[in-house]
Amino acid sequence: MSEPLHPAPGIDIPLPPANDSGLSPRGRSPGDRLYRGATLAAALAIPLLIVLVAIEVFVGGWPALREFGVSFLTSSEWDPANGVYGAAPAIFGTLVSSALALLLATPLALGVAIFLAEFAPSWLRQPVAFLVDLLAAIPSVVYGFWGIVFLIPILRESVMPFLGETLGLASTPFFSGPAYGRSMLAAGVILAIMILPYISAVSREVLMAVPRSQREAALALGATRWEMIRDAVVPYAKSGLFGGIILGLGRALGETMAVTMVIGNRAEISASLFAPGYTMASVIANEFTEATDDLHLSALMAIGAVLLIITIIVNAIARWLVWRVSRERSA
Amino acid sequence: MTTSPPETSQRPVPEPSPRQTPLATRVQRAAAERTARSIRGRRIRSRIVIGFMYLASFLAVLPLVLILFHLVREGMQSISPAFFSQLPAPPGDPGGGMANAIVGTLILISIAAIVGLPIGIGAGLYVAENRGTRLASTVRFLADVLNGLPSIVIGIFAWQVLVRPIGNFSALAGGIALGVMMVPLVTRSTEEMIRLVPNSLREAALALGYSEARTSLSIVLRTALPGIVTGALVAVSRIAGETAPLLFTALGNQFWSVALDQPIAALPLQIYYYATSPYEEQRALAWAGALVLIGIVLIISLGARMATRNRFGLGSGD
Repeated sequence: MSEPLHPAPGIDIPLPPANDSGLSPRGRSPGDRLYRGATLAAALAIPLLIVLVAIEVFVGGWPALREFGVSFLTSSEWDPANGVYGAAPAIFGTLVSSALALLLATPLALGVAIFLAEFAPSWLRQPVAFLVDLLAAIPSVVYGFWGIVFLIPILRESVMPFLGETLGLASTPFFSGPAYGRSMLAAGVILAIMILPYISAVSREVLMAVPRSQREAALALGATRWEMIRDAVVPYAKSGLFGGIILGLGRALGETMAVTMVIGNRAEISASLFAPGYTMASVIANEFTEATDDLHLSALMAIGAVLLIITIIVNAIARWLVWRVSRERSA
Repeated sequence: MTTSPPETSQRPVPEPSPRQTPLATRVQRAAAERTARSIRGRRIRSRIVIGFMYLASFLAVLPLVLILFHLVREGMQSISPAFFSQLPAPPGDPGGGMANAIVGTLILISIAAIVGLPIGIGAGLYVAENRGTRLASTVRFLADVLNGLPSIVIGIFAWQVLVRPIGNFSALAGGIALGVMMVPLVTRSTEEMIRLVPNSLREAALALGYSEARTSLSIVLRTALPGIVTGALVAVSRIAGETAPLLFTALGNQFWSVALDQPIAALPLQIYYYATSPYEEQRALAWAGALVLIGIVLIISLGARMATRNRFGLGSGD
């Protein structure tokens, strides 16, 4: 295992501070000061960038937020021709498609992670881990194109009729209506494929951070391998696994191109997963270059601001959860 | 193998810490429950669940195999020397290529690297060398937050700052948007690589009278350099396929342009426009473009992987 080469993110190996002035009796030379200043400036660029992004997006979105107030979030009327903007369908679409993606990806991703961390024979471990990681390297636009050409016909001709008619779910509002190819379901499936490697990578690292003694103790007490996972490994890693899932949620919420290409881009709220929808990111991607009046642009940036807030909160929660596990390990 | 709860199960196990789960108690309680059930049933259940893990891994790898298969099959049909040497043909006309988009993507990646690498490596050095300080932890956390921002929001930011005031779309705006996305990736990978440099190396250099800056740059940074290069390559491969931040910054261009202050073509943008095009010829070219783009991304990330023999994880792109 390449453990020393690739420590899990967030795992701190304590290092004595390098700026121990006792080591340089002559005090700081100009070169040292320049070096420290330069690295400090680079480090400060990161908070600065986040603040700048937030300010710019909010300043851009402010006119629309001021004009429509709370109804910007609650109204489902999105009508650029008449200058009326309500982002509810897009917010709804983002939440539903991401939730669907999590629902589909989580069992698989956790299955892969547990498989790789616990069960996989060593000849299978590396190739599978490599292939799953490769999923994260495929550009979003390629997923979208593949979704249009291959996934959507399969969904329209096999999966949707199967769910609707064979399983008789068409009577429920969630699977009713004509089986459009471009739909919330298509977006959910594509997103699930895209976030799977993120969830499984974090989960795998968290699982590998569970001490051996934990597993050995469970086995020694007579647990089967599955009972060992369920009773000893998963509870220990729970918050980190949860963090990995939330991290996947963050990815799904902000994903743009693939979703835009398969969701159908219709600003309506429909309970049916077979119906087209819209997400916050795809509204921006579709309409930004075509927006001519300032209010339309501002409304799009206001959607960006809402998306920004949601993803920052989701990511912060995820990082905190993962950090809790790694802190326990290093403690 | 028969299992019976150990005698010690009567004695409450002292809890190590309030946050740590009382494993022994839980497992023992569970074990007591289990003895009621047959061991064979438990073994079968274990097998079934492990079988599900195999199935899950298969299902997770399946989309990748399908995507790569379709991509190669469709892409190979429409790829030709002209694809690499010609400009896009007018809609509906056969032939044409994406020469301008390939060059455009390389230019955008270069701008991104010029913006993203110095900041990312500098920040990574700072975070690794000032480990434990509040500022370093905060920067580290915020790098993760920046990494999590939706790329389309970065695009809006670049448009607000670099396109709106100037009045036209430009390669520079697109490259800078990509560079911003690169910063957190490079920061985190650099930090991880520098942390692996043994502290004794640093101490030896300082003991020999090296200044702090020289120790960091010519000893620590040098030792970690292969890893940092790998991290940079992984970051490049991540942003090379990004489309969303380019939509309203680089915009795309049907003509030959390498001017930094003008709209520029990019492979992902061209794929997006052609993939959603009604013309059969353009969709065929989109497949070729997707194949070339994936080829670029995979070659870069495979090269990075080989360089460090990094066997687990997503490189820096967690």
